[in-house]
Amino acid sequence: MTPSVSRTTQSSRIAAGVAIILILLLAAAPWWGSVATERLIGEFMVYLALASLWNLLAGYTGLVSVGQQAYVGFGAYILISLSLLAGWNPLYAVPVAGLSAALVAIPVGKLVFRLQGAYFAIGTWVIAEVFRLLFAQLAVLGGGSGISLPTASIKLIAENKFWREASIYWLALALGMGALALVYGLLRSRLGLALTAIRDNETASVSLGIRIERMKFAVYVFVAGMTAMVGSLIALQKIRISPDAAFSVNDWTAFVIFIVVIGGIGTIEGPIVGTLIYFLLREFLADLGSIYLMILGALAIVIMLLAPKGIWGYVRDRYHLSLFPTGYRVNSTE
Amino acid sequence: MEWINAIVQGILVGGLYALFAAGLSLIFGVMRLVNIAHGDFIVAASYLAFVIIRATGLHPLASLVLVVPIAALTGYVLQYGILNRTLGKDILPPLLVTFGLSVIIQNSLLTIFTPDSHKLDAGVLETASLEILPGVAIGYFPILVFVTAVVVIAGLQYMFYNTGLGRAFRATSDDTEMAQLMGLNKEKIYASAMALCLAVVALAGVYLAIRSNFDPFMGPGRLIFGFEAVIIGGLGNLWGTLVGGIILGVAQGLGAEINPGWQVLAGHLAFLFVLAVKPTGLFARIAG
Repeated sequence: MTPSVSRTTQSSRIAAGVAIILILLLAAAPWWGSVATERLIGEFMVYLALASLWNLLAGYTGLVSVGQQAYVGFGAYILISLSLLAGWNPLYAVPVAGLSAALVAIPVGKLVFRLQGAYFAIGTWVIAEVFRLLFAQLAVLGGGSGISLPTASIKLIAENKFWREASIYWLALALGMGALALVYGLLRSRLGLALTAIRDNETASVSLGIRIERMKFAVYVFVAGMTAMVGSLIALQKIRISPDAAFSVNDWTAFVIFIVVIGGIGTIEGPIVGTLIYFLLREFLADLGSIYLMILGALAIVIMLLAPKGIWGYVRDRYHLSLFPTGYRVNSTE
Repeated sequence: MEWINAIVQGILVGGLYALFAAGLSLIFGVMRLVNIAHGDFIVAASYLAFVIIRATGLHPLASLVLVVPIAALTGYVLQYGILNRTLGKDILPPLLVTFGLSVIIQNSLLTIFTPDSHKLDAGVLETASLEILPGVAIGYFPILVFVTAVVVIAGLQYMFYNTGLGRAFRATSDDTEMAQLMGLNKEKIYASAMALCLAVVALAGVYLAIRSNFDPFMGPGRLIFGFEAVIIGGLGNLWGTLVGGIILGVAQGLGAEINPGWQVLAGHLAFLFVLAVKPTGLFARIAG
């Protein structure tokens, strides 16, 4: 009759099995898919990573940033600079982009953390604008019109086109799955328990001794570094970057916010569901151009008003389903 | 002389930025709402004036007679119908809903009006100027904008502290529950505040469109200028937004003197400098 404590559920065990098979299948994509397939999945991974990271920031720590494009663009430019000016293999530049963005995020964070709530959001946007305008001033990186990754650098990645495409694809897969795994691991750890407590009740968590500000700051810096790594991947995928594209608020923040809100903010599964919906809708509606963005915006507004926990939040509450459980469950053994 | 000119023009532009900021400051003061679509409302007002002028042939300033009430009514309906539902303890819903609105407005304007930029023609008003010092001429139009900003802020200040509506705004802001017990309808108070905010936005939109070209994607930039003016001046202080606008305008003017590419950047840096040395802004009245 002793009750046992478990962290898994039936559905989570199935999900873990399916996830492993899926990852193996995805990793083999260069052999079963075309270059177009690799690029589509690669782009999917970019959005999955950005959405998971933004969700960690906004959904769990309440730091609603509309300026994450600052780090996307920063990472992209670090990769281009190291390849162009120092002759590096672009792949090696990816972790450096992450580290340097995390370093930059420390003073930047100190500054924007002086603003609260919604003003924090616009403050992060100002930072992104400052980054964009600064990089547009750098003539050596093409100024306002942008620059391409030189062919010599691209050749450093791998000998032939197959391995080049595959390397960039695997990097995307690693970052997409890595971001998801890191967020999941983080939320299951001690830190995650604290973050969830902050999300649910800030006052109560302070009184229990959680150092909220330090925690939030650490998450901000971590997310900045990861976001910049995704940014450097984007530079590799697109080959050509410009300040307007690299620091685009629409591409790297608006879409990401809509994905998370539609999928379910504050849940690990939400960004996955949201990214799937985003790509499905895009397949059917991309021809509509700007109307597509309007539909996404309207959908996000409706969900925020009627089901603020998003599609996954609704499913979870309705069917008590959890694919990535972070809590503990007590089972009585009878 | 060029530098003095840059400073004088910067001060006058500051009036326009104060108009961007006054509405933001007003609704934040009353209901702690930060409207991410604020800048897009300004640009939407520019387009509204553009359509009205095209249909009627009115002078841009005369078009205000229509643009201001339409904007105010829109603000009332929007707040009453949508934004009131987002207000609560959680800051996410208002932020994300207004962010969604921002994207919708931009892309609606893009679909209807194409990405081409437009400008409102105010005739001689745009070119007439007054030479105050040799080499330093100030245009009648920038003076008009600046004077309007002063009048609007003085008017809002008077409304806040000397009228029944202002008392209702302050009461709702200070203690919502008590204000409701006293018979105030929170929803309608908030809707009135948004109506007033959009009336100011309409003015700002028409002035913006006379002063320079406008296109569907100008909104976020105007939101940021208004926001910077609010933070530099200090939250909750309407006259502070005027000072904030002036500081921003002068910083941009001086930046442009150094290098045209530095104009907007210099404004942002001035804002970040104030944030670093005096995070509450210069004349804060309320806590963030």
